[in-house]
Amino acid sequence: MKPLATALILLASPLTAAEIWVTNEKDDTISVIDIDTLDVTRTIPTGERPRGITFSKDFSRVYICASNSDTVQVMDPETGKILHDLPSGEDPEQFVLHPNDRHLYIANEDDAVTTVVDTETRKVIAQINVGIEPEGMAVSPDGKIAITTSETTNMAHWIDTDTRQIVANTLVDARPRHAEFTANGSELWVSSEIGGTITVFDVATHAEKAKLDFAVKGVHPDRVQPVGFEFTEDEKTAFVALGPSNHVAVVNAETYEVEDYILVGRRVWHMAFSPDKSLLFTTNGVSGDVTVIDVAKREAIKTIKVGRFPWGAAFRP
Amino acid sequence: MRQIWQIFLAVLLGAQTAVADIDVPIIYLKQDQDRPPILSNLDTIPDNLGIAGAQLGLAGNLTTGGFLGHSYTLDIRTVPIGGDLVAAAIQALSDSPLLILDTPAADLLTIADLAQAKDALLFNVAAPAQALRNTDCRANLLHTLPSLTMRADALMQFIRFKRWDSLAMVTGAHPGDIAFAEALRSSATKFGLKIATEKSWIFDADMRRNAAQEVPLFTQDLGKYDLLLIADELHDFGRYIAYNTWTPRPVAGSEGLVPTAWAPVVEQWGAAQLQSRFHDQSNRTMHATDYAAWAAIRTLGEAVTRTSTADPVTLRSFILSDKFELAGFKGRPLSYRTWNGQMRQPIPLVTARALVAQAPLPGYLHQRTELDTLGLDAPESGCTAFQ
Repeated sequence: MKPLATALILLASPLTAAEIWVTNEKDDTISVIDIDTLDVTRTIPTGERPRGITFSKDFSRVYICASNSDTVQVMDPETGKILHDLPSGEDPEQFVLHPNDRHLYIANEDDAVTTVVDTETRKVIAQINVGIEPEGMAVSPDGKIAITTSETTNMAHWIDTDTRQIVANTLVDARPRHAEFTANGSELWVSSEIGGTITVFDVATHAEKAKLDFAVKGVHPDRVQPVGFEFTEDEKTAFVALGPSNHVAVVNAETYEVEDYILVGRRVWHMAFSPDKSLLFTTNGVSGDVTVIDVAKREAIKTIKVGRFPWGAAFRP
Repeated sequence: MRQIWQIFLAVLLGAQTAVADIDVPIIYLKQDQDRPPILSNLDTIPDNLGIAGAQLGLAGNLTTGGFLGHSYTLDIRTVPIGGDLVAAAIQALSDSPLLILDTPAADLLTIADLAQAKDALLFNVAAPAQALRNTDCRANLLHTLPSLTMRADALMQFIRFKRWDSLAMVTGAHPGDIAFAEALRSSATKFGLKIATEKSWIFDADMRRNAAQEVPLFTQDLGKYDLLLIADELHDFGRYIAYNTWTPRPVAGSEGLVPTAWAPVVEQWGAAQLQSRFHDQSNRTMHATDYAAWAAIRTLGEAVTRTSTADPVTLRSFILSDKFELAGFKGRPLSYRTWNGQMRQPIPLVTARALVAQAPLPGYLHQRTELDTLGLDAPESGCTAFQ
């Protein structure tokens, strides 16, 4: 049975090659990159100013923050057609899908609010007041805690997903941008763009456990600005986009030391792995392209032109 | 249960972010000023210039403070022309040691030198004079508005970068024009440029009607130049010079390409967010003085957040330390110069519709931070009050 299944997958693979979906903030489009050919195969129109992008668990739907349309769009990834819009609150920038595959936690950048939307009933089920310019969104692997980071308030807000109340506020360095839990849920990482650091929290106690600094040779520390980051499959390494320093840092997630810096496009922002996590795709806002990084070799292997101001990235198997 | 949880949190987070109620009263003291008439009838100076920026900064502080048990108040006090500013300042200092001052330079010094101001923390948000950052500096007075020199240096970096080596300048007769012209001259020397010819604006005719006839003749004898500098800080005549010069050349300074702390065209680095919050609040665009007042209030907020105190002496030493950083929507953390209390900041170079460049420009290096290529650096500073 198993060889047959493998054969079927092999047969099917040319038709369903994995893809990276990239939102182009200033083009109102998504560029779809074929992971085998590393070319853009489709450009799909979206609402205004698309930024955050994420797929449902079964990849049958893709959610897109259309910030200036004040909505989250739900798209059929096969056809590229918008199925419907979700109420999102004003100016949705970034979001995270709860492990229940149903609730979207949305940062409303202009409104100092986190909105929780039920994707089935298409209704807003809660709005939580957070700090000014919320952006980074994360949810713990067990689904119990959602995090919103606020750029101007410089905090990570810890939200209990049952009560939908804030249970803690922890200060980080200036202008936090992105938050991620480690896969086992024990650590929360928060990047601070202007502070130039990543703060690692112990989730159980909310206490600060470590702080990561970055230093790119030949670039003033002020311009080394950590934004998006992702962990490798084994959780031993984190790749951190460093904004206008045009580099991605490779961080040892156990010792918190930076092991390498990889030169990529200009103002590197977010990133997504290929399904097997062998390739990493970074969105480079100012140069309008995507850099492909060979994860094992820690080398940039290709630059792919996409639309204007690529922002978010997500893979589709 | 809730109480236990709070205690638990407080213990966990320790002193750094302990939940303690702190009240931070801030007073914005403004001296109304006469403004000489100018040719154009189009400009309106908002009555709440500066004040609106302070109010937006307060809103930011209140949000952050709400999560920490810190509350802020902003008390706006305006002294009319001819009013007793000193009495108002003494009263303000007896109500709070944290003052935002929107007054002429001479009044700033009078207030800073009051006995009641000895341990106060004062912010200058409206006076650009170089002397306040130099020999006239005061230890209790910080400056969020960039000096004329910082603005001039920003422009000269750009001009040098473009290799527009030969410059001419037209200067108005008001004290502000003369001071800016002086800053442009020193800055040109600093960056190895020369202002070959200069003329004073002497016309008293109405340029709205006849600029097209007068300006070509007026600029005919400026000789050969790459760019014409205009020192017209009141925005009286400068706007009529562009496109009417004898030789077709760009203009910069007070008009044309303008170095400024802030302008409605600044939108990168999240600035669009600040612009839209400001517009929602005040229904107008955000000016440099608004930005300076915003930055002063946010500086206090950031310092209170990180130190959990409203004590002005503690706040001042934190603000001047290398631990302080303010996210000011200009792409780099803002901090304060320890030798004269000036807030370091990038200076946008703007036209009416676009950001052309932002100083410091690439290639201007400094051993501490490139931001210190703008304005008075430590070795040149004649300020001793901060030592």
